[in-house]
Amino acid sequence: MDVEFQHISKNFGSVKALTDVSLTARSGTIHGLIGENGAGKSTLMKILTGYQSKSSGSILLDGVEVQLNNPGQASEFGIGMLYQEPMDFPPLTVLENFSLGTPHQSRQELHFALKTLSIRFGFDLNPDRPVELLTVGERQQIELLRLIHCSIKVLVLDEPTTGISPAQKEALFPALKQLAADGMTILLVSHKLEEVANLCSEVTVLRHGKLTHHTTAPFHFPKLLTAMFGFVPKRSDRSDTRDTGPPILIFKDIEASGERQGLHRCNLTIAEGEVIGLAGLDGAGQSTFLRLAAGLISPDQGKVILFSDPLPYGAKASIRAQELHTAFIPADRLEESLFARISLRDHFSLREEHGMFWQSRTETRKRAEEAIATFSIKGTPEDLAEDLSGGNQQRLLLSLLNRNSRLILLENPTRGLDIQSGQWIWQHLRDELSPDTTIIFSSPELDEILHYCDRIIVFHDGLIVLDSAVPETSHDAIAAVMTGIRESAP
Amino acid sequence: MMGDLSLPMLIASVLAASAPLIIIALGETLAEKSGVINLSLDGAVLFAAMAAFVVARETDSLLFGFFAGGCAGMLTGVIVGYFSIYLHLSQVAVGFALSLLCRDLAYFLGNPYSRVQGPTMLNSKLPFYDSLPSSLQIILTQPLTVWLALLLVAVIYYFFSFSKAGLCLRSVGENPAASFARGLNPAKIQMLAVLGGAFLVGIGGAAYSLSLKPGWGRPQGAEGIGWIGLALVIFGGWNPIRVALGAMLFAFLQVSGIGLQDLFPGIPSQVFQTAPFPLMIFTLIFMHYSTSRSRKQGYSSGRLQRIAGKLFMSRAPKGLGQSYRQE
Repeated sequence: MDVEFQHISKNFGSVKALTDVSLTARSGTIHGLIGENGAGKSTLMKILTGYQSKSSGSILLDGVEVQLNNPGQASEFGIGMLYQEPMDFPPLTVLENFSLGTPHQSRQELHFALKTLSIRFGFDLNPDRPVELLTVGERQQIELLRLIHCSIKVLVLDEPTTGISPAQKEALFPALKQLAADGMTILLVSHKLEEVANLCSEVTVLRHGKLTHHTTAPFHFPKLLTAMFGFVPKRSDRSDTRDTGPPILIFKDIEASGERQGLHRCNLTIAEGEVIGLAGLDGAGQSTFLRLAAGLISPDQGKVILFSDPLPYGAKASIRAQELHTAFIPADRLEESLFARISLRDHFSLREEHGMFWQSRTETRKRAEEAIATFSIKGTPEDLAEDLSGGNQQRLLLSLLNRNSRLILLENPTRGLDIQSGQWIWQHLRDELSPDTTIIFSSPELDEILHYCDRIIVFHDGLIVLDSAVPETSHDAIAAVMTGIRESAP
Repeated sequence: MMGDLSLPMLIASVLAASAPLIIIALGETLAEKSGVINLSLDGAVLFAAMAAFVVARETDSLLFGFFAGGCAGMLTGVIVGYFSIYLHLSQVAVGFALSLLCRDLAYFLGNPYSRVQGPTMLNSKLPFYDSLPSSLQIILTQPLTVWLALLLVAVIYYFFSFSKAGLCLRSVGENPAASFARGLNPAKIQMLAVLGGAFLVGIGGAAYSLSLKPGWGRPQGAEGIGWIGLALVIFGGWNPIRVALGAMLFAFLQVSGIGLQDLFPGIPSQVFQTAPFPLMIFTLIFMHYSTSRSRKQGYSSGRLQRIAGKLFMSRAPKGLGQSYRQE
């Protein structure tokens, strides 16, 4: 089904999110929609699915103008969207999530459909598990399978690879190509150029809500980048390896539950000043590792020794870890680290340690304004955290970080961010903070890990399968162990 | 009285006393599962009890009485639903104010019918009554409301756990934005849930004035029951079976209080009348500690633990009390 946008505009109050955007996505093709964070890509797609209303313009399906006032109507036309943030029901099971919004079918039929689709795409999903125990990537998988099960004709993917691992990506991409070859129209929203180049036959670039470029394959990257950013962002060379100090974090015979497989037989020593990347398939143990170090979960067996001080068990652990200047920034910013409906200013007054009863509004306002200036956050002190874009939320989190932090734990720090925001975050982490600060982060992007860290730790099914200095290993070797291929014994 | 209160008698009175409470608490569960707190429960129960009694007396028909009770309950549901779902007003404020309004309205409108005779639902003998042993004869001779309450527990449990409509309703209570994204209409589903729930609340109110505590007056005897119903939904962890068990536990505490009073004449009677409330709180604390381990872990590996978790762990619907605004 051909999808045609004609002169779409969308205003949020006085803010123009989209101005006069027209584009056509043809049946049987994958059409890329790229642009910076906040360029209007998601808004345009949400208008197509009826999730948001448009201010003006029209949408044509196969040349016929249609009214798409809500997602229900859109799905009757066969339009479905995979949202960037999982749009699902965490306490409900995988199967229940899969069945919501699909035409009525018996439990057995749905069960069978889920199983068949999982096998076809190489996903590993337990139908009876509550979704809240799954990773973001796995939650996206369920939704994708559901949309395919609904036999939709137009599939919108908003940053589909944000939460998934390279191996899953390799299963997903051919599947998407196959779906397009079968006649589906796919709109792919992304800011990862490699992915777009890999998949799409046509690309449209949005910048500040306006269409700046439209082209068909083959793509000329510099041109696309100029259209996206106005200039080509530099990808600096690999950062220098830092000097390291005494050990600060020791994992001793750790056995812990969490994620899919937990974390087993984990012995590690991490020194001051190291920058460590945690690689692995989604849910292989990286998040458990980070949460153990942050004291958010306690190991079933073994000890976490932080700054030569064993962490206590239970709720005290995280308080102790914070006293020792350990900071943790989770992947899910709004759910786990920011207060969605509290203003930026109030985030700063919450951080204040003094004055339980009295807070100076001018004081905290000044602090917020300073942070907005230094961290170039797009927003005002009175904006709510949920109104910021992903990149700006991450900047806000960094600005809230204690300057004296000695160990910073980050779970997928550039999740959902465009290249520029990501580079900004890393520049801040590596250059603005003291070089004694230890940084441990997980990321599904192998490039990011190889680029920014000095040492890489690879997880597979709850075990550490590789622990090496970055210069001594290679992209291919890491990718192999991540997917479970062991080097054959010599 | 405890002395001559035999076990079958005790069970029979617990069943009878819990039936209206079960219906009321189930009605509230229905609404809360969709994400809307109907805080007008206490007033709604009285208002429905009054309406049911008045209509039953005027028409001399119990059926019309129950129907009128249900409709009166639904009327409060319309107000709570419209104000909170469509006008996005605070569910707590609307419900609370409405609760007080309904109570006073019930006393005012019901005043002419205070302490007058009216139709009462009698205990009905089962068709195979004669073939039962005498203890079962005592237990199973109950007003129809008891059977209705037990039937509703099963129906609502099935509805939530196995039906597509129930799943849609629960999904709205968990994450209305995601329900909307999947083509459902959260406002409509919530409104239906609130109306259905409020109808049940009204039936529960009618069960008081037409069966358990027949007649109308000030006080009627159903005062405070709405608040207990609200507490029971939390006590029962939004699970219909546990909610019903909670109602029975409360009824048991009430009934045994009366019996114990005779057994220990030295203790002031107020102690026994108040006892059910603190005992409920103790039960909650007990439950908290017995399940705290699996709660911390978030999930458990053992099968038994999983079942225990399902039985005792309670988590409110995520969207409870928040009004959803479409983007």
